[in-house]
Amino acid sequence: MNTSIRNLFVVLVLLFGVLVAFTSRWTVFEDGDLRADALNRRDVIRAERVPRGRILAADGTVLARSVRERSRSSGTTRYVRRYPLGSKYVGPVGYSDTSLTQTGLERSMNEPLAGKAVKLTTAVDRLVTGDQRGDDIRTTLRPRVQQAALDGLGDRPGSVVALDPRTGKVLAMASRPGFDPNKAINESGYYASLTKRSDRVLLNRATQDAYVPGSVFKVVTAAAAIDSGKMTADTTVDGSNGQVFSGAPMNNYGGAQYGQVTLRTSLTNSVNTAFGNVAELVGKETMRRYMRRFGFDAKPPLDYPDDQLRASGSYRDGRLIPATSRFVDVARLGIGQDKLQVTPLQMAMVSAAVANRGRLMKPHLVDRIVDADGRVQREVEPELQQRVMGAGAADVLRSMMGDVVNEGTGTAASLSGITVGGKTGTAERDIRRGLNDLWFIGFAPLDDPKVAVAVVVENTTGAGGVVAAPIARDVMQAALGGDG
Amino acid sequence: MTARNREALALVPSALLLTAGLAAIFLRRDEFLSNESLVYGGVFLGLCLAAHLVIRWSAPNADPYIFPLVAVLACLGLVELYRIDESFAQAQARWFVIGLVMFAVTLASVRDLRWLQDNKYTIALASLVVLLLPRVPGIGQSTNGAYLSISVGPMSVQAAEFAKIGIVVFLAGYLRDTRQVLIHGGRRILGLSLPPLRHLGPLLVIWGTAMLMLIFIRDLGSSLMFFGAFLALLYVATGRLSYPLAGIGAFAAGAWFVGSRVGHVQDRVAAWRDPLDPELFNATGGSYQLAQSLFAQADGGLFGRGFGQAELGTMVDGDLVTTPLLPASQTDMIYALIVNETGLLGGAAILLAYLLIVQRGFRIASLARDPFHKLLATGLSAVFALQVFVIVGGVTKVIPLTGVTLPFMSYGGSSLMANFILLALLLRVSETARRPA
Repeated sequence: MNTSIRNLFVVLVLLFGVLVAFTSRWTVFEDGDLRADALNRRDVIRAERVPRGRILAADGTVLARSVRERSRSSGTTRYVRRYPLGSKYVGPVGYSDTSLTQTGLERSMNEPLAGKAVKLTTAVDRLVTGDQRGDDIRTTLRPRVQQAALDGLGDRPGSVVALDPRTGKVLAMASRPGFDPNKAINESGYYASLTKRSDRVLLNRATQDAYVPGSVFKVVTAAAAIDSGKMTADTTVDGSNGQVFSGAPMNNYGGAQYGQVTLRTSLTNSVNTAFGNVAELVGKETMRRYMRRFGFDAKPPLDYPDDQLRASGSYRDGRLIPATSRFVDVARLGIGQDKLQVTPLQMAMVSAAVANRGRLMKPHLVDRIVDADGRVQREVEPELQQRVMGAGAADVLRSMMGDVVNEGTGTAASLSGITVGGKTGTAERDIRRGLNDLWFIGFAPLDDPKVAVAVVVENTTGAGGVVAAPIARDVMQAALGGDG
Repeated sequence: MTARNREALALVPSALLLTAGLAAIFLRRDEFLSNESLVYGGVFLGLCLAAHLVIRWSAPNADPYIFPLVAVLACLGLVELYRIDESFAQAQARWFVIGLVMFAVTLASVRDLRWLQDNKYTIALASLVVLLLPRVPGIGQSTNGAYLSISVGPMSVQAAEFAKIGIVVFLAGYLRDTRQVLIHGGRRILGLSLPPLRHLGPLLVIWGTAMLMLIFIRDLGSSLMFFGAFLALLYVATGRLSYPLAGIGAFAAGAWFVGSRVGHVQDRVAAWRDPLDPELFNATGGSYQLAQSLFAQADGGLFGRGFGQAELGTMVDGDLVTTPLLPASQTDMIYALIVNETGLLGGAAILLAYLLIVQRGFRIASLARDPFHKLLATGLSAVFALQVFVIVGGVTKVIPLTGVTLPFMSYGGSSLMANFILLALLLRVSETARRPA
């Protein structure tokens, strides 16, 4: 019987070996998947016990902070997020909550904000690292500029983005309508009601929404024409009304007749048919090259969650297509129509690239990361995203955009004592009821730009020069008006 | 050094482990160290030494390694229970004392194992009755669809824990009497030599009983444990592989049949197949517990998070302590909790400790001279090992999860008492075998 007993023992050793193998499987080999499983809430619960770092405006105004909350039912302490300024910064800042999860900077900057709490693996680490408060995020957002943007939009749906063209700092990022993240976290049913609304209130329009740019896109067409050497500011093209492009007649605003006009005049008066000719002359290949240099056809490299960023460009059946595609009507692309869909952020980048003498700086929301003791952990340096065009070509284009505000369609953007450059746009939405998306992109001061903006007001009557330009004016004035 | 002195010395590390473990938990909870952990460690050591004295007096030649191994497991169990909730540890400590008393009583009173052999049919009948009592209305209780416990007054008794010993005693006695007939067989059918029906009959009855248990108790785990022990004994008694192989086939067929028809078993199997399915995860009686077990193990990793660092989501609702993040962490899920806090290394160490106990058990069986003693020690060791396999296998998704306890570690008096009785019987066999003639 002793042989059988030994054999039996061997079988049991094998069975226990299987147990060790499976324990290894869950603890060492497949632990990553299990840890990341959405049903697994351990890291979330752990993170709640540690106060997240604050999110601050450029001047130190608190945009998000963590407060202690004691739960009577479980007798435990946890931290919840508070947003002192309510809906004003919900676009860029986002929110963070265990059940709603995270958006905006709360998500893209989760790691420094949460501190090392989530990554602690052993008791030893815990003893070594001690205090677990997360790091503070100092943003580039300036409250006065943000406020001017919000005031300018008022109750109208739309968006404003303001950049510092020299550094890529995002000075303001506004999206209307907005919602109160405090209510979304604390009031049951509030968030659910937001998801049911038809006005896309949960969207950060500045980075996620798709707009037809209309005439503001002519800046891109003009840049391609001048920098490629195919035209100068004084090259003339046919600007007569009703010319046929791709088998359909194109009209100028108000049916105006211009005859032979220079490129400069075409931009000043936003002559559609002239730009149709410019775009055809420039060609699809060159258009695609310059669009890509401005950042089109890809998501902007913003320090923001990837799925809250949208690439601007031509879309067909919901998919991005290059300007060289046979489905693209280049004449209408050149005047910002056809299949173009852009974000306000992208148009602000176009304006900033022209303003910064052709050098497009990487847009960024985070200025620096500061730990609980005030030590700067990381400082974001200005970084070149792309050399879009030569300085000379950019200077010409800049002076052309100055003319637009000085004597053309964008006069409403002019500031007393400061010269401004810009371009208006009116994208038709509902011709019968006269409803348009109204645009303005621009920068100031003209000879040494320190701020570049993009403004869009949705679904309203009137023209970009009348509705959007004054908002841009106020935002630029706030940006140039010193700190804050 | 004599065997007994080695045993006494080996108890010290387990007492130190208890002290250190409790100290770690105090440190985590209150951020200061009290001498309470030292007191508990001392009391634990005192209790174990008392049991050691009983062994020294009534079974001086018995195996000296088993008891210290058991003490290590029991003290780790106590530390983890203390970490979940103090009240669990206090109750478990009381059960530990009662278990030690049962251990001493069994060791002192069952001096001659022949008595067990003579009364094997009575013991078998009693065990079956105990097993089926949970189905009797009024005193029976159902947990998650399985009928496993009897309520006697304020207490609830886990029937299977006690019945497993009785069944092993019966099987050892029965197979001792019939093994010669089973070995030499009668007619050969399909290459398999079958023993006379008169002797095969009772074996079929045992298989039938295992199946009935599946249907009546609705618990795959305990029937696997019983039937596995039966096959192990059958194999050791006859030395023929064909019996256990045929048995495994018969059990698998029966389990498949029952598993595809009994709803409660079906649910368990579905949860086992895909525990991370969100629908099963959220369903009542679904895969929540198993998924959380896997999450807890992943959370532990190689080294674990340290004592008291696992997330249990403990809720105090009146007097009731529940752990919504790792349900039944004090009983079924204690292995997952240990892996969470001490990692793969801790889990493997515990499994090794169990395996060492099993190894000592088989060694006792090998050394025993009397066939009944051999079979008894084999059966007790096998049923013990299978119990560990069933619960740890359930928690680690090797087999569908069913609710049996992890011997000496899980919270519960029945389990602790029954396993101490099992231990006493093993030591009695060992004493008989090693006593100088």
